Amino acid sequence: MAVVQPVSEFQGRSLWQDARRRLFANKAAVISMIVLALIATMSIVMPFVWQHNFDDAYFDRISCPPPDYLGMTGLFGNQAEMCPTAVGQGHIFGTDANGRDLFIRVMMGGRVSLAIGFVATFVALMIGVLYGATAGFIGGRVDNLMMRFVDILYALPFIFFVIILVVVFGNNFLLMFVAIGAVEWLTMARIVRGQTLSIKRKEFIEAAEASGVSTMNIIRRHILPNVLGPVIVYVTLTVPAVILTESFLSFLGLGVQEPFTSWGVLIADGKDQMESYPWMLIFPAVFMAITLFCFNFIGDGLRDALDPRDR
Amino acid sequence: MLRFIARRLMGAIPTMLIIIIMAFFLMRMAKGGPFDQERKLPPEIERNILAAYDLDKPLFQQFIDVNGFVCTAFLTGNHDPAAAAARGLTYDGTKYVNDKGRQFRCLGGYLGKLLGGDLGPSYKYKDFTVAELIADGAPVSALLGISAMLLATVIGLTLGTIAALRQNRASDFSIMTIAMIGITVPSFVMAPILTLILGVNLGWLPVGGWNEGALQNMILPVISLSLTQIAVISRLTRGSMIEVLRSNYVRTARAKGLPEFQVITRHAMRAAILPLISYLGPATAGIVTGSLVIEQIFNLPGIGKYFINGALQRDYTLVMGVVILYASLVIMLNLVADVLYGLLDPKIRYD
Repeated sequence: MAVVQPVSEFQGRSLWQDARRRLFANKAAVISMIVLALIATMSIVMPFVWQHNFDDAYFDRISCPPPDYLGMTGLFGNQAEMCPTAVGQGHIFGTDANGRDLFIRVMMGGRVSLAIGFVATFVALMIGVLYGATAGFIGGRVDNLMMRFVDILYALPFIFFVIILVVVFGNNFLLMFVAIGAVEWLTMARIVRGQTLSIKRKEFIEAAEASGVSTMNIIRRHILPNVLGPVIVYVTLTVPAVILTESFLSFLGLGVQEPFTSWGVLIADGKDQMESYPWMLIFPAVFMAITLFCFNFIGDGLRDALDPRDR
Repeated sequence: MLRFIARRLMGAIPTMLIIIIMAFFLMRMAKGGPFDQERKLPPEIERNILAAYDLDKPLFQQFIDVNGFVCTAFLTGNHDPAAAAARGLTYDGTKYVNDKGRQFRCLGGYLGKLLGGDLGPSYKYKDFTVAELIADGAPVSALLGISAMLLATVIGLTLGTIAALRQNRASDFSIMTIAMIGITVPSFVMAPILTLILGVNLGWLPVGGWNEGALQNMILPVISLSLTQIAVISRLTRGSMIEVLRSNYVRTARAKGLPEFQVITRHAMRAAILPLISYLGPATAGIVTGSLVIEQIFNLPGIGKYFINGALQRDYTLVMGVVILYASLVIMLNLVADVLYGLLDPKIRYD
């Protein structure tokens, strides 16, 4: 009896290994991933270990500038002169107009903004992938109908519906995830459908059909893994879009409610104090901008890594 | 082409209908009504107010209410006073009213009136109809939006083309970095910072207000509104320009000795502009969204302010009016984009 020897010397490289190699060769993407991981870890850990709580209000330290650790006294004012009680209390970003430590509020805001970004994107991902894959796979009249529906929704000025939703259901945390996610799934559905259409004519799908695999299983086991590339790229670009939408809502006063906070809320509050206390705008704005930057660079890097044609 | 436009316009009808239905029923699901006050009104007064705005009817009838009798009477032109009286109605020569002076229409409810071009009265701005409020805010929003769009297109095209021509050189990298900043820093951060520097510290420009559309009042809002779009447009232009510059016909144009400026403007630009045209629809949506915030920051009397206030105060008709206006705007501009695309790209045939 002949024994089939596995050919171990020539290990093939999968698409994913190739992609990973290209991604890690991209400096901007790697730095972005490190920075983003740092911001995320700090947002998660800091509220547990920092000496102030995010809702501790010190009435003797209202609107205190940060200590002069960067030689920016000219911009922020002198902490020792303006707020003698705040010196040495670890208010490294200063305090806000209610005397709360701004650093820990920026961290809490990061937690909320990132959470909304990820959860809403996840909602969009689930709806979009299932919808797109189903439409693309079934095809024909069903596909036509399902995509017409997406076209219709596409034409809506969606921000209005998000605003109406938020007004209707109140500033409900969970609902905001759902509302934003429900807006973002459309593009996802289109991408997945396009990919599915091109994949379903391939031979391995025919083989699966011939061997009696059920439709649901073909979609799940054969189609979805193959449309993953563009979907991952789109996900990395959706997270920052969602964070922006959330901050936009918060800015209009429709976002997260006190004492909880998000980067959008902090920026909106900081904007009102900007003329006298610029640090209240600058720190949250910088954190949010850096985060969005990172997501965009990672998205670009992933696109180049997964779709080398475009390089 | 005409058939294509007609078909697309027909296709817009169900879209608009869905928008209207969604907005109408969502608004009504909200807790609290437009006439809720701190101090409760006496029930009979409240009932009268609700009746005056048709808010006492069942929800579905508030949306659309077909009255068969009135319809038949108007369609046949046979106004039988006896039959009307049997239903408690009287015909006064133009409309049917009951003994309380309440009008009965053939097509009633919000949708019915809307089909007749009536957006209804505003619940909060008493004495104003929604149409009047929109007509009041529209010139401001339109001027703002169109200027921002023009500025974004001109600057975005120029920057994107420069970046493409100097691909991977210092000027390309700096333009693309600025574009990335423009995309990641939201307009409501940019606007206050610009105001702080140009308005407060340097005192060159007014920090807010409309002032009858004076030029110096327009500058800051228009710039803040267009920054994101400048960033997106220059990125799009750079991408398509790089692709076009590699194509054969551009090489031919160069080979036959055309000056570089003409190669770019006459040959390359025409093809490179195509992705921009399909971005017209999303760009409009972006400008509309941005104007909600910009009008708030600079305290401009545009439509966006009415929308936010209306949504917060349950001014159902005002919110509906603004949503319908902006939805039709986005749909129309998407259609315009498709038509332009067909005119500029001979490969595309609509039929």
